[in-house]
Amino acid sequence: MKWARVIAIVFLVTVSTACLFAGFVAPASYDKQFREAPDAAPSRQHLLGTDDLGRDRFSRLLYGTRVSLLLAPAAALLSSLLAGLIGGAAGFAGGWVERTVMAATDLFLSLPWLFLLITVRAALPLNVSPMVSVIITFALLGSLGWAAAARVICADSRALCQSDMVLLARASGNGGFRLLWRHILPNLKPVLYAQFWISVPVFILTEANLGMLGLGVSEPLPSWGSLLRDLESFSTFSPEPWRFVPLVLLIVMLGCFHLAVQKQESSL
Amino acid sequence: MRRLATHIARILAIMLLGGFLGATLVRLSPGFGVDEQELDSSLSHESIASLRQSNASDGHLGAFYFHYLNRLLHGDLGTSRTLQQPVRQLLAERFPETLESVGLGLALGWTLGLALAIATVMSRSWCVDLFSSLLAGILLCLPAAMMALLFVIARAPGRLVLGLIVFPKVFRYSRNLLERSANLPHVLTARAKGLGSLRVFLWHILPASGAQLLALGGVSVSIAFAAAIPVEVLCDLPGIGQLAWKAALGRDMELLVNLTMVITMVTLLANSASDLIRNPVHAGAA
Repeated sequence: MKWARVIAIVFLVTVSTACLFAGFVAPASYDKQFREAPDAAPSRQHLLGTDDLGRDRFSRLLYGTRVSLLLAPAAALLSSLLAGLIGGAAGFAGGWVERTVMAATDLFLSLPWLFLLITVRAALPLNVSPMVSVIITFALLGSLGWAAAARVICADSRALCQSDMVLLARASGNGGFRLLWRHILPNLKPVLYAQFWISVPVFILTEANLGMLGLGVSEPLPSWGSLLRDLESFSTFSPEPWRFVPLVLLIVMLGCFHLAVQKQESSL
Repeated sequence: MRRLATHIARILAIMLLGGFLGATLVRLSPGFGVDEQELDSSLSHESIASLRQSNASDGHLGAFYFHYLNRLLHGDLGTSRTLQQPVRQLLAERFPETLESVGLGLALGWTLGLALAIATVMSRSWCVDLFSSLLAGILLCLPAAMMALLFVIARAPGRLVLGLIVFPKVFRYSRNLLERSANLPHVLTARAKGLGSLRVFLWHILPASGAQLLALGGVSVSIAFAAAIPVEVLCDLPGIGQLAWKAALGRDMELLVNLTMVITMVTLLANSASDLIRNPVHAGAA
């Protein structure tokens, strides 16, 4: 399976690079309208045709992928940091602090995450700019997605507190914040890395779900959610297979991601 | 008995806290009390101000929740602001629809997932492994909303989508569990002694992983309920998922609090049921 992992990583790096430099690679801006050619079929000028507003689909795909690929890791970083701090501190403190934090995670885990996100995202102002909507969407993903990871980290932190290494550190006079900062948190890094990599595809999928329900990133800024939403007007009477390209790319990207982080997934 | 009472008290406390959490998040959101009509450029400042005044009628969060709990004790769940119907009636109409979808989805997802996992582990064939892993991998990479949309385009029954969402999670988890159990020393010894595949599976592999599989049962209910929201919205199924979406879009606090509590209760009950069944199974396996 090593070769499959290498191919997956190469594909991910290539697509990510193309999307990072979307400004140079894309033939047009994501919001530029070619009003003389709405709903056009693929051509040399528009590789994936245009949408009903005459915007180049290929350019929108590159920019949309960039939004999801940049912000999903940012949200994953936020949720991993929150999980690390909350779970790590709870496991380290033990007693009523741990019980309270675990009760809070129970509460978060008993509420379906998507329901909570839809509830909060829908209650945000209606007139926010596309950029603010992007930041709000991914900040919400990050700040509401910490609970499951916090449980794992709390258990690991508790186990570390009972390890010989920490007992020795305590006996050497280390205590409180120093013990947490110098000995516990650095040893939680592998679990945090694994949680981070596992969260990225989950956040990409959740944004796509929110976007398809009209609660993700606002127009005209594209994201995978809004690109997939375009399929709502798909008709079997006039099939336009090129409209499925964003879906195929999403499946391939996430598939490659799962292959690339398989080690991390199996370590948890 | 005491343990059961503590468990029920815990479920009730988490349920009430869940409702309060949902209400708090909505109430503290910067857009609370904002109506789509405010974007109408023909409205004057005074009209917008009066619109905001009427939307902010839910008042202080603490007071709202206190009144809500008071009414709840008298069996009154309130009236939906957006749908202008009693919440109790809305829940009674829509809950069976979602239960049916979730039940069917779970049955399909578990049957397919477990059957393929057993076939993969017992056959030890790379063809079966590749096929089932690819199928589960592709489904895992599809957003629930997209799967629902594909079913709408293909004019397939929307209820089946939930099964395809549950399937890859059940398959992956149960395959890993069964594979680990199949490599335990006592199972390898049983195989070496010439026991048949069916006997090895039923007597040695399944008991070793049964408790953990049951734990997944509770989690899969939560997965199915969460996925019911986009599926019911896109497939136009009149269940509580669609109701939750409407309540969220309409910032209908009364409905949201009740839905949060109902969804929390279902998730907690599913997890508790799987815990209750799991403990004797776990003890038996040990």
